[in-house]
Amino acid sequence: MQEKMQVYLDNNATCMVSPGVKDAMMPFFGELYGNPSSMHNFGGQVAKHLVIAREKVAAMFNVDPDEIVFTSCGSESNNHAIRGVLESNKEKRHIVTTKVEHPAVLNVYRFLAKNKGYKITELGVNKQGDLNLDELKTVLSPDTALLSVMAANNETGNIFPVKEIAEIAKEKNVVFHTDAVQAAGKIPLDLKKIPVDLLSLSGHKLHTPKGIGALYIRRGTAITPFIIGGHQENGRRGGTENVPYIIGLGKACEEAVAHMNEEAGHVSKLRDKLEAGLRSVITHTYINGNPLSRLPNTTNIGFEFIEGEAILLHLSKAGIAASSGSACTSGSLEPSHVLMAMGVPFTYAHGSVRFSLSRFTTEAEIDYTIKIVPDVIKNLRELSPFYEE
Amino acid sequence: MWDYTKSVIDHFEHPRNAGKLKDANAVGQVGSLACGDALKLFLKVDPETEKIEKAKFLTFGCASAIASASALTELVVGKTLDEALAVTNEEIAAFLGGLPKQKMHCSVMGKEALEAAIANYRGQSVEEHKEQEVLCKCFWVDEEKVRENIRKHGLKTVEEVTAYTKAGGGCGNCIGDIKRILAEENGSIVEQQVEQKKPKMTNIARMKLVSKVIDEEIAPMLRKDGGDIELVDVDNTDVYVKLRGACARCANAKATLKHIVEAKLRESVDEDIKIIEAE
Repeated sequence: MQEKMQVYLDNNATCMVSPGVKDAMMPFFGELYGNPSSMHNFGGQVAKHLVIAREKVAAMFNVDPDEIVFTSCGSESNNHAIRGVLESNKEKRHIVTTKVEHPAVLNVYRFLAKNKGYKITELGVNKQGDLNLDELKTVLSPDTALLSVMAANNETGNIFPVKEIAEIAKEKNVVFHTDAVQAAGKIPLDLKKIPVDLLSLSGHKLHTPKGIGALYIRRGTAITPFIIGGHQENGRRGGTENVPYIIGLGKACEEAVAHMNEEAGHVSKLRDKLEAGLRSVITHTYINGNPLSRLPNTTNIGFEFIEGEAILLHLSKAGIAASSGSACTSGSLEPSHVLMAMGVPFTYAHGSVRFSLSRFTTEAEIDYTIKIVPDVIKNLRELSPFYEE
Repeated sequence: MWDYTKSVIDHFEHPRNAGKLKDANAVGQVGSLACGDALKLFLKVDPETEKIEKAKFLTFGCASAIASASALTELVVGKTLDEALAVTNEEIAAFLGGLPKQKMHCSVMGKEALEAAIANYRGQSVEEHKEQEVLCKCFWVDEEKVRENIRKHGLKTVEEVTAYTKAGGGCGNCIGDIKRILAEENGSIVEQQVEQKKPKMTNIARMKLVSKVIDEEIAPMLRKDGGDIELVDVDNTDVYVKLRGACARCANAKATLKHIVEAKLRESVDEDIKIIEAE
């Protein structure tokens, strides 16, 4: 029997903390405990590191450091962006997003529509999960206050054309926010070339511990502060800085930039090997998403006639961690809102499994996964009343 | 992750009686791909004795759906059809050491597949849903099924109805109807209770009954969690008690008194009962 391995293929949910990030953070749990705002050396030396961390995050997007606001997580960044922009411009009453956004954006929009009387447009996607840019052009109006479109989808890995979208928004004079929690660090995002106004980032998808995020706010964008208090973050988010985690995020961005090519090469090669390895031996499988425009680390595979939770539990027993858009895994009764928006047939929507790799994924892990998955699928299909060989 | 019992995991990983049954003379199928779970149950029934000799199944669904089907086959083999029909979904869940609340519909599906298979054996046609009777169009649940589950399981909220029947778990368009049905069903229970209001008890009869309910129903329940209860005095409808063991140190002692002890005594003895913690 093959020896059991531990294989983590759920990096779009969260990632392992990179050893480099951990090492960079440690001194700030110890001797470097000063408050960066203080007028003495304890604070002063910490403030210097904070400046460097902010520069590293800014460098990843080719923007100025004072356009970066540190937050507690991606969800806070999204809330800050959306509610802050609308608060500062109350005349316009129309907001536009997509049906496939992460709940950290979609539920904020729906909350505002329900409780604050905004008119909301949710753009649909085609079978491959892509937006129709012509439709986008027609829905933006002079009354549109804000547009949020993710840079890449967390479930399918689909990359959305943020450059074109940002240009359309600019032409229509609409503020544009992108949730780049999945895309940042995996694909280049040069914001000198992509005219987005706001961009959300999460640390733990970039190998920091959970509890840190950032929001890019283009200079000149009208936005109210999210936490009113001290002068920190240029008065946009009061509260003493979460120094160790900010240092960690700076390091993580630096590492991500250094490994960006590896992500596109090594990681996508392994992802493709996994996909091909599984599809060559397992029939009735489908790729959810657009294989020609995806993040290098993500594949979402629909296995027909079986259910995702059962797949995940068998995989977990074999040491493999993945996730599923199945209803049963979420506690709701419907499959993932992303797969439903794409019109994925029920025959494999419930049996969809997302494998998401990282630069720490090894070829041996992928080989092991290719060995384990087919038997799991075969056993569950033998149990299924809908599968006939 | 779901908090499944060891037994659920065991039946999921090693399902008993999985597969088709070639010599089946009764087959029942419920659920669909759209619903996210389905169960096809095969029975081999002895025509002489009406005893279920063999049972096998095929399941499309999550771990608890597979485990529930496996448990069902274990429960019904050796039973006559009438005995099998008396198996409740709670027994299926209990056989597995319990199911998470949101997964109770898996056990309900087992019960329904059994009914369908037996109806198939007896040549009865299973009632087809008519479009206008369907309440929840996402999961194809009719109003009668919702009412049946509310009555049988004493359901009080929309969430509970969804957990047992799936109705309301999709688009949510039928939630208003579920609320209405809940009000109708539970309203009628309240009315029944009013009609059956017990005659006034004498003090001595009330005292005896309080003592009996505490000894036989409440104390055993608390002892399971390492606690205990002592009846100190009964003064009309005021019942003085002391909590013992783990209960005495429990931060939720007040809630225990109110929601478990008082509620039980009100239900079984007198609805005016008031619990007072004895000094």
